[in-house]
Amino acid sequence: MMALPLYVQGAWFVGALLFIFGLKGMSSPASARRGIVWAGYGMLIAVAATFLIPGLQNLALMVLALVVGAAAAWISGKRVKMTDMPQMVAIYNGMGGGAAAAIAAIAFARGEAHGTVATTLAVLGALIGSVSFTGSCVAYAKLQGLLKKAHRLPAQNVVNVLLALAAVVLGGAMIVLAPAQPGLIYAFFAIALVLGLIVTLPIGGADMPVVISLFNAFTGLAVGFEGYVQGNPALIIAGIVVGAAGTLLTQLMAKAMNRPISNILFTPMVASGPGEAISGSMKELSGLDAAAMMRYASKVIIVPGYGMAVAHAQHKVWEMTSILEEAGVEVKFAIHPVAGRMPGHMNVLLAEAGVPYDKIFDLEEINGEFGQADVALIIGANDVVNPTARTDKSSPIYGMPILNADMAQNVIVIKRGKGTGYSGVENALFYTENCRMLYGDAQPMAGEIIQHLKAMG
Amino acid sequence: MDGMLALYIFMLAAFTGYEIIAKVPVILHTPLMSGSNFIHGVVVVGAMVALGGAETLFEQAIGFFAVALGAANAAGGYVVTERMLAMFKKKEGA
Repeated sequence: MMALPLYVQGAWFVGALLFIFGLKGMSSPASARRGIVWAGYGMLIAVAATFLIPGLQNLALMVLALVVGAAAAWISGKRVKMTDMPQMVAIYNGMGGGAAAAIAAIAFARGEAHGTVATTLAVLGALIGSVSFTGSCVAYAKLQGLLKKAHRLPAQNVVNVLLALAAVVLGGAMIVLAPAQPGLIYAFFAIALVLGLIVTLPIGGADMPVVISLFNAFTGLAVGFEGYVQGNPALIIAGIVVGAAGTLLTQLMAKAMNRPISNILFTPMVASGPGEAISGSMKELSGLDAAAMMRYASKVIIVPGYGMAVAHAQHKVWEMTSILEEAGVEVKFAIHPVAGRMPGHMNVLLAEAGVPYDKIFDLEEINGEFGQADVALIIGANDVVNPTARTDKSSPIYGMPILNADMAQNVIVIKRGKGTGYSGVENALFYTENCRMLYGDAQPMAGEIIQHLKAMG
Repeated sequence: MDGMLALYIFMLAAFTGYEIIAKVPVILHTPLMSGSNFIHGVVVVGAMVALGGAETLFEQAIGFFAVALGAANAAGGYVVTERMLAMFKKKEGA
């Protein structure tokens, strides 16, 4: 690679600096908006400076590709609904992985990766970039509802391991036999792309947040490795920072679900038997009673789940909250770390509805307060409030940290039917003495409660 | 690039990433994931360099693909992150 002029290198340095400042800014709600804007300037500076590299070819093609890619993503990003955000992040992330793999492909084709270290990193980057590319496409298809069910091959784990081995062997051959023949390069990329597909297909919807986060870390690493191959420190820094941050985020999430990452990748979630028998029955409640219960409470904690978002009830729920607050009731929102289809997704959906973030509390902050709450209102959440996670060792969700809604004086559950949650486990909470069920869609139900509250004045 | 020097960069960058994220409240996990997704969109710069050196039709095709994907990663990542973060408010009108 030719020596780059100082102004290009300097601009890339400034870009990397702005990325780190931007990411730092994004770690607090007050400065987050500023953070992404800074990072955006960093990107513009880095891209603009790249055009100034002397002797750059295919400029027209380059501009066309930039315009096509950026315009398509810009428009789709502006239009996507907040509930569909996780799959959008997944697909953009997959594209980054694909780009990193393609950079490696060109480096191989041109014999530009010199030396064992560079070749090894190019191969590694190509492998994880390819896996991230096809894997993220599958994740997108699943969350978007294009792929309805989990596809499990017979002996899925054996196939996974064989494919991974094949990719490692072919990759190893490319390092040993460098410069590799085109046939070997094609075979390697084909296997790597199929690997991402096959590994992701059997993973269920509930585990998708962790998978998206994992692929985000993968793409980061792939970008960092290709940055080394190209001798570009800005790519290395941006890629590795994201790779490390993504790895940590993935761990935090997997911990919140009490599912080790290896479990998510290799074993489907199944109920391991009938579990402990649950006594009691589900007791129904009317909308009017629910309204009265909350109106005359002094403290209400709302536990929203993905069911609320699917029903687009968040605006109604916020309207209801405002009425209760005007009547002097203290209302707080309790969010489980994995509520929604992405960690923190529920916070985004509530923010969209206008709920200020200082009313939203996460598990550790709020769990001690359920004991003092008169009412815990659960809307479209299930597994995250299931007390069997604390007590029943045979339950597949045993050990998962849950919101202690059962500790509240009264529990009201808005739920469409009597079915179980994502895990397929019966919820013991619904059968307890202080729990009442409000069957129906979250949005009309919240509307009904609002009517009753208004009537009460 | 000097291999050892690169190793130091890898190490420091990994710690930086870890430290920045370690104290982030759960409330920001989704925007942050999306934001870090945007940042690895800088791969577009690498893609431009690769396309800028492409000679055969095959290399040009792969390079075009790389730049378009990288640009989509960067642009899409920016838009969705910005949209999400713009919604986080403390109090009405604040």
